[in-house]
Order: sequence, then structure tokens, then C-alpha cells
Amino acid sequence: MATLELRGLKKYYGNTHAVDGIDAAIAEGEFLAILGPSGCGKSTTMRMIAGLEAPSAGEVLIGGKSVTHLPPRARNVSMVFQSYALYPHMSVLENIAFPLKARGVPRTERDAKIKWASAMLGIEPLLQRKPGRLSGGEKQKVALARSLVRDPALFIFDEPLSSLDAQVRTMARSELRLLHDRTGVTTVYVTHDQIEALGMGDRIAIMQHGRVRQLGTPQQLYDQPADTFVAGFLGSPPMNLLQRGGRIIGIRPEHLLPAPPGTTDDQSFELQVRIKRLEFLGTDWLIYGLLETGAQGQKVLSKVSPGIAATLQEGALQTFRVERMCLRFFDPATGSRVDDGPR
Amino acid sequence: MKKILRRSSFYLGLLLFTMFAVFPVIWMVITAFKQDGDLYNVANNPFIYNLPPTLKHITFLFTHSSFPTFLRNSAFIGVVVVIITLLLAVPAAYSLSRLVGHWGERSGIAVFLVYLIPPTLLFIPLYQIVSFLRATNTVWALILVYPTITVPFCTWLLLGFFKSMPRELEESALIDGCSRWQSFLRIALPLAAPGIATCIVFAFALSISDYIYAAVFVSSTAARTVSAGVPTELIRGDIYFWQSLMAAAAIVSIPLAVAYGLLFDRLVKGFQS
Repeated sequence: MATLELRGLKKYYGNTHAVDGIDAAIAEGEFLAILGPSGCGKSTTMRMIAGLEAPSAGEVLIGGKSVTHLPPRARNVSMVFQSYALYPHMSVLENIAFPLKARGVPRTERDAKIKWASAMLGIEPLLQRKPGRLSGGEKQKVALARSLVRDPALFIFDEPLSSLDAQVRTMARSELRLLHDRTGVTTVYVTHDQIEALGMGDRIAIMQHGRVRQLGTPQQLYDQPADTFVAGFLGSPPMNLLQRGGRIIGIRPEHLLPAPPGTTDDQSFELQVRIKRLEFLGTDWLIYGLLETGAQGQKVLSKVSPGIAATLQEGALQTFRVERMCLRFFDPATGSRVDDGPR
Repeated sequence: MKKILRRSSFYLGLLLFTMFAVFPVIWMVITAFKQDGDLYNVANNPFIYNLPPTLKHITFLFTHSSFPTFLRNSAFIGVVVVIITLLLAVPAAYSLSRLVGHWGERSGIAVFLVYLIPPTLLFIPLYQIVSFLRATNTVWALILVYPTITVPFCTWLLLGFFKSMPRELEESALIDGCSRWQSFLRIALPLAAPGIATCIVFAFALSISDYIYAAVFVSSTAARTVSAGVPTELIRGDIYFWQSLMAAAAIVSIPLAVAYGLLFDRLVKGFQS
């Protein structure tokens, strides 16, 4: 267990700025999710933390000590790769033993650790198998066991759930987080899946074009997005961003609700919307509409419960209402949020 | 009925191909044990023993010819060429595939192009080099020359192998506590085993079967290999020592064929990658 600190971390490939100056401090035992679209620099950042990539500038500190120029093996980090990177020519047992053997851990201690890790993940029956004969979920557990056995200072996860089936993934998500809570190891978790980031991270760093756009708790990021990128990236469906006067107004789809006629009040903000399509999503309905007031023709999305959806009709003109306190305002030029709410 | 017909035609075809492939070997083996009187009588059926078989010609081969020397030379050259090839091609292929980005691929292709230059064009300049090094008429001439063919080919072959190996495996080993050298030894090398087996067979077979370099660079009997030595030793003027020739060919080729057969699956895997 240790803290992790990134100071002005940069990585250039020729003229491409893959990572363009990252500063972040992660507390001991914290679970940090790095979230961003592909090509945003999150993988490069992770590889620099692990020591697989040398930074062009800046520093990586683990437990307060600079490891910037140390090879991966001297950083005491462990990593679970997207592909799991199990060694195909070794059995599950040999895979888990590998990091211990490489570090010269004596045999009795090694055996005890392997037993502990495989019991923790419930993979004792698989120990003699080769990775080629494991399912995706089993491979993931073996990879976890292998990274767990050596008491790392820092865990790095590179989209470890992306190659699992949807059903297995939800379970694996909570198991992974519970494992973190039990071991208390500082964790950096890289993902492009916002549900994973929101559900697992103590804090989330959202990245775009090699920079961190916002770093905060999932709630902060969702409620108080720092800019239009974060607002448009988080949430499913994402925030409506409507051009209005000299500002961009951000409205979460679940805050934009149909209003019964003749119930105007000062606390809310109203929009006239032509309903184009109603979409059933199981627990919710999604309403696709076009704005008829203000900037006409802009698309808006609203998420409502089935009871409300039953009162709506495709093609109808409908008043939608948002409470004023739910509105977020952004500067069209910079994209930054300009209302007075907390950042 | 239709099924039986299809199966029988399949096996008939297979039999024809097998006969075609095995026929020279069978004739070689039959002839090696024939007495002179049997072999040179044109009235005899050549596929059976009309007179009792004899070991006389094999004994002659080992006691009255330089065949044991040729065998020893070939084996020695083969083993040393294999070692040199692996020592050069494995690190070359690995570093081209891993450490130099796009240039690695281009150099890999360039290396392979070298292999495409026919030996018949190369032996004159190579002879100058070999004689400059005063290696003519020794086995070292061939040990020096064969790697010029085997190293480029094996580098190219192994390059494909190392490239198809996910980088993450070695990165994982680096994080797990290995140095780059250890991750190469413990992860990359064992996974390239089929490719390395292919290289061993290729390099060994090439140094055993090559004729042109063996005939050009070595003329003393003491340093000759099987492929160049047997025809010069056992064809004297217009006298062919047929049975001994056949025996010499069989002794070298059959064990190699068996080894190829046993390694076949690995070889196919090697060439496919």
C-alpha cells in the first residue's frame, strides 16, 4: 500500500502529445478510475505509472519516492492486463507462482501465498490447468490471483472486464471492488466504460486529448461537470447541451420532465418540445424530441418513468420543465462551466 | 455404397502418391543389399532379390571408403551451423520484432531478400573471402558459408513468431519482477519453441544436403561432407559403386526423414506463423 503521485507527466511521440501534463495525487488505499474515450491517453498514463513507458517529462512517485527512472520490476506495482496476459506455456499454478519465483520468494512462503490467493478467488480446482482451457471469467480470476500474491504497493487494472460477457461483467465488477476493499491496496483502474468508473471508483479522472478534464468523486463529476466534455461524456444518455443566448445550458435527461399544462412556477424553466420518438428501455422510457422554442430544431433527450411515458404521444407538442437548480451553464467558447455552483 | 466408393478412391489416390514418393527410397534400400551378379543381370526382376542379399557393400562403405569421415564432417558441420544459426537468428529476430518499431519490419524483409540471392551467384565472391581467411579445404569453410543462407531465413521465420506473440506477455513478466533478458528467456523463448525447432531442422538439413558449396570450397577428402564426398569417392571414372552409393544415401536420408516426420506438426506450425 502506498500513495501515488503524478507530477506534470507528459508523453510525446514525435508531434503527437499522447499525454500532455497530468498532475494527480492518489491517497493510500484509494480506488481511482481513469475514464476516457479511446486515444485520450489513459493507457499511456497507466503504462508510465507501471514503468512500461518512459515519460517525456514529469515524475511518478509511489509512496512518496520518485520511481520515474526505475524499471517496472523495481516499482512493486502489479498489473492486470486487458487480455490478462497469462503465460500460455505455464499452468495456472505456475502462472500465479511466477511473480514470486521471479522475486526469489522461498518455496514454503510461495506455497502459502498461492493457497491464500487461489482460495480468495475460488480458483483452487483450476490450478493444474493451462490458460488455454479457461473461460474468460476464470482467466480474469487467475490474472487477479497472480497480481495479488506479491503484496504490491499499487494495483493497475487495464480494462480488465472488457473481454467478459455482459452478465459476468456485473458480478465481476462488484467482486473486484470487494477485493480492493478487503486488501486495501491503492488502485488505478483504467476503463472506457463509465458504468465501471462510476460504480467502482472512489474518485474518477476523466481524460481527453492527453489531459485530465476533471478529477473528483463520481457524484461530483455527474452533478457538477467541469466542462461540456465531461457533461457530454458521463451519463447514459448524456446531458442535453442547448445553445441559449450567449451560453450553453446543460440539462440531464432525467431532470427534463413533461409538465402538466397550466402549472407554471418561478422555480422551473420550460421548453416546448416536439416529440419524435418514444423508446422503451425496460425500467425507463427515452423520449427523443426537437426543440420548438429558443434555438429551434435542436435535439433533446428526456428519460421518464413508464407512468409518465403513457401520457405522451409521438408527434405531439409537449411542454417540458426543469427545475432551475438542476440547470448547468457553460461558456460556448471555452466549454467550461460558468454557473456559481461548486466545482 | 457411394460412401465406400468415395473412400476407396481416396485411399487409391493416397496409395498412388505414397508409391510415387516412397519408390526411390524403396529402390535405394533394395539395391543397397544386392550382389553384383544380381544387380548387373538385365534379365533379373530389379525389385526382388534373385540372389541372396548381402552386407558386403555396406561393409565396404565403412571400411574401404572415406564415408565415416564424410559422415563425421557432415554431422559436425550440421551441429555447428545449427548453433551459429540459433545464436545469431534468435536475438536478431527478437530485437527486430520488439525494439526498433517500423524499421524492424523493413529490415526483416531486407534480411529475407538476401536469402533469395541464389548460391550459384554467391560462391565466387564467397570463395575469395574463404581463401582470404585461409579456410579452403577445411570444414570451417562450410561452417562459415552455410550461415549466410540459414541465418537470414531463420531470422525471417522467427521474426514472424516473435511478432505474433503478444507484447503484453513480456510486459507482464517485466512487472512480475523480470528483467528484459529474463522475460525473453522465460516467456518469449519457450513460446517460440516450434519456430526454433523449425530452424534447427532447416539449418541441419541444409548443411547436410548442400552440394555446390561443399564441392567448391572443399576438395580434400578429409574435410568433405557426405553430399559432395559420396559421389566423388564412389564413382571412379565410369565405374559406379551402385550398392554402396545407395547405402550411403539411405544411411543419411532415412534417419533425417524420420526426424522430419516426428517434428512435422511443429514444423507446419513454424511455417504457418
